[in-house]
This record gives sequence, structure tokens and C-alpha cells, in this order.
Amino acid sequence: MLDDFFIRALIAGIGVAIVTGPLGCFVVWRRLSYFGDTLAHSALLGVTLAYSMEFNIAFSVFIISSLIALTLIQLQKRTNLPGDALLGLLAHSSLAVGLVVIGFLSFIRFDIMGLLFGDILAVTVNDLLIIWIGGALILLVLKLIWKSLFASTVNYELAEAEGLNPDRAKAIFTILMAAIIAISIKMIGLLLITGMLIIPAAMARNISSSPQKMVMYSIIGGLLSVILGLFSSLEFNTASGPSIIAASLFLFILSLLNIKQSIKLKN
Amino acid sequence: MSSDQNILVKLNKAGFSLNNKWLVRGVSLQVEKGKIVTLIGPNGSGKSTTAKIALGIYKKIDGSVEKYTNNIGYVPQKISIDWTLPLRVNDFMVLTESLNKESIDEALSLTGVIHLKDKNLGDLSGGEFQRVLLARAISKKPELLVLDEPVQGVDFTGEIALYELIKKISDELNCGILLISHDLHTVMSATDHVVCLNGHVCCSGSPMDVAKNNEYKALFGEQASQILSRYEHRHDHVHTSEGEIKKN
Repeated sequence: MLDDFFIRALIAGIGVAIVTGPLGCFVVWRRLSYFGDTLAHSALLGVTLAYSMEFNIAFSVFIISSLIALTLIQLQKRTNLPGDALLGLLAHSSLAVGLVVIGFLSFIRFDIMGLLFGDILAVTVNDLLIIWIGGALILLVLKLIWKSLFASTVNYELAEAEGLNPDRAKAIFTILMAAIIAISIKMIGLLLITGMLIIPAAMARNISSSPQKMVMYSIIGGLLSVILGLFSSLEFNTASGPSIIAASLFLFILSLLNIKQSIKLKN
Repeated sequence: MSSDQNILVKLNKAGFSLNNKWLVRGVSLQVEKGKIVTLIGPNGSGKSTTAKIALGIYKKIDGSVEKYTNNIGYVPQKISIDWTLPLRVNDFMVLTESLNKESIDEALSLTGVIHLKDKNLGDLSGGEFQRVLLARAISKKPELLVLDEPVQGVDFTGEIALYELIKKISDELNCGILLISHDLHTVMSATDHVVCLNGHVCCSGSPMDVAKNNEYKALFGEQASQILSRYEHRHDHVHTSEGEIKKN
């Protein structure tokens, strides 16, 4: 069964969606969408390094994205430039450096489109293992830091005052972000990973009344997006990443209808 | 005198500066079990900063803080919940501590907002939200309560009831309370120790001592001093609506 590339892509996509659901909620709550973009852009550098040193891609992307996240924290301490400027600086410079390095690696054939937008043909059994084991680890760690991360998302000072160590939770969450980008890059592509984090979570916000529900709907939305997206990708021969994201946009628009209804009900 | 075992938190000449400007400095105070310590002072005098130093929110401080408990309930001065976070009162109650339904209901009933349990935090009025904040802080039965203007926006009768509740909690749980308030009237009657701040400790002591202090008078004016001294005399009579004086 795993011989079929489509089945492999489906299993991979489902694994990714289960993890991006809860992480995406935190990205929306903590206003980290641009931060996610920055990590994803830096992933290109990780991929090129993986190719040039014949290293595992997911692992290499994880290392580079974590380093970029640490660099960001250091930069924030050393300059007074606003956060978004620093993020832009890191995002574009790491993307540029990654592309320049690709130019030097002329002896290797790169599928740039696949890298940017995802390629379901490229998902191997090995990738499935990385996605499902990595994903399980991410969820496990997220569960462990959930209370302090969530409390500090609501109010940092409250969490700090009542002994929940929000700084540690934030640092660990940053590493989880790097990890999800690393495991989903082949599937979604580095330009669209943040979309997979944000759009199902945004859709979920429109129809949820509690944080638990929002996480649940975000996962369901991600799963539906993956299934819808992959089938249409197969049907219309489009790239997997954009197809999945377009499907999630469709769900988001549907959730807006729900909001309108509930506003009418209130009046 | 109280023994050292009763001390919950102690500040020794503590201060905090931001961008090379002192927000507050040289503050020494201690909060003991069952005692209410109130911080008063004008806007920008460092009351909230002092509370945050005591809570360990500010880490790079001058002087030192000794904290002898980790079971702390905190009501911050302001807190805003983003729309992106769907949070009901019930979810907010278990933010830092897992509580059973009884403890949640009890705390919400005490502050008079049990009927709002399933409401979204964003839909509450300012006063209702303050009551929820206070309920959350007391629901975990803390050893130390830090209340930064806990009754702001609460209606007049509610304000008095909440101050009574705070006093009651301090007695029943034997917990220490660090209270920040602008309301000299209500606070002074229940406070054990007053610290008057103005970037530094300008005076401190029992409410009566502080009221007589000249620096306090200079800071708040003669009138405020009179407010305090009203608590000096005991109410041994009441004035009836006919204008007669009736002995208690």
C-alpha cells in the first residue's frame, strides 16, 4: 500500500495536519505568523546544506531554523530595531543566502518549485517515519508545556507571578516551530508552511467558543484541507502545497458564513 | 512581634530601573501571613512596579527579594484578552492551576459572578472582569495574594463588599495580602500596614501613623489626612434620620 505515492502523501499530510492544528492556534494567539514565515524562509538554507553535505533534510532544516530563532532572540537584545524589521531581515537574508548557495551547487539538480511549493511525489517511506515520529514528539512536548505556554499567552505577568516559567515555555515553543517546519517542508513547501499553520486555526477561531474547541476544529480543518487538497492535486495535476492551502482557504470562507449567522442570531 | 516563619515575601532596599530611569528604589517591606499590607501613592509612584518586584516578574533588580511561598494569586492592574483567543470565564479560572468544579463555583460565587461562568471574557464589563480576576486569584487558596487595584471599575456597593471579602479571605485562609489601592477611605480601615510610595518609600507604618506623617500630607493633601483619621475614633453612636443622636 505504501508503494502508492498518493497513499504516502495522504498519510504524510494527515500527520502534518494533526501537528499544525494546535501549533497553528498558538501562532495565531501569539501573533507569530511572520515569525513562522521567517523560520520557513530560512529552511531553504537548511535544505541546501543538507544536499551539499548529503545530510537528512528534515534534520538540517530543524538545525538551521533553530539557529535563526536563536539569532533573532540575540538580535532583539542587541538592537532597538522593531521586531518585524528584524524578522524581515532574517527571512530575506537567509532566503537569499540559501538561493546563492544553490547557485554554487551547480553539480546538483534542484527541484526549486518542489522546495517552494511542496511535492507529493517526493514523499518517501522514510519521510513518513520522520513526520509521524517527529510529529508525535512535538505533540508530546507541547502537551508538557501547554499550561505555562497557554497561561503566558493569555498574560505573561500572570504566568510569571504564579510560577509557571513563561520564558522557558516560549523557548521550547520556538524549537517546536522549527521542528514542524522541518518535518512538513517536503509536503507543503517552504513558502506555504505558515499558511498551513494559520489558515485552519483562523478558520477554527470563527466557529469556536473555547480554546480546546479551537484546537480541535483547527486539526479537523487541517485534515480536511489535506484530503481535499491532495485529491484535487491528483485530479488537476497541481502542486500539493498550493492545493492544500487553497482547500483551507475554502474552509475559512465557509467559516465566515457561520460568523454572519451567529451575528444575526445575536441581533 | 511576628516570628520570621510568618514572612511570605520580603523586599530589602529593592529597586527597578528601565532605560536608565528608576521606576522605584530603596523599597523595604515584608508581607506576613494573615496581614494586609497596602501600597498607596500617586500615579507613577512605583506601586505596580513594587508589586512586580515582589512577585519576581522583574528580575534585574537592585537590592533583593526573598520569597518564601510559591502559592501566589495575582490580580494584575490591567489585562487584555485578544479576540483571537476564545476564552470563557470557566477556562480562565483554571489558567494556572487545575481546580475542581466546586472550587471554581465557590470562588465565583464569593465575588458574585457565578452567573457569568460560561460567558466569553471579551463580553464582560470592566467591573465583572475585575470580579472574575479576583475570583481566579482566590480560587487556588493562595498563601500570598497580590492585588493591584482589584476593585477598579466595580460599582460602589460592590467595592465595599469586595474589600470586605478580601479582609475575610485574609483571615480565613491566613494568607498575606499585598494590596495596591487609590481608595484611601475603604482600604485604611482593614489594612495592617501602609507603605506610602513616591518613587521611594516616603513613609510607612500603621494607617494612623501614616496619616499623621507630614510627607503623606504633602503628597495627598490635608484632606486625605482627615479621611484617615476618621478611622481613629470609634463609632459609638449613630445619627437617625430625625437628626437625633442614638447611642449604640
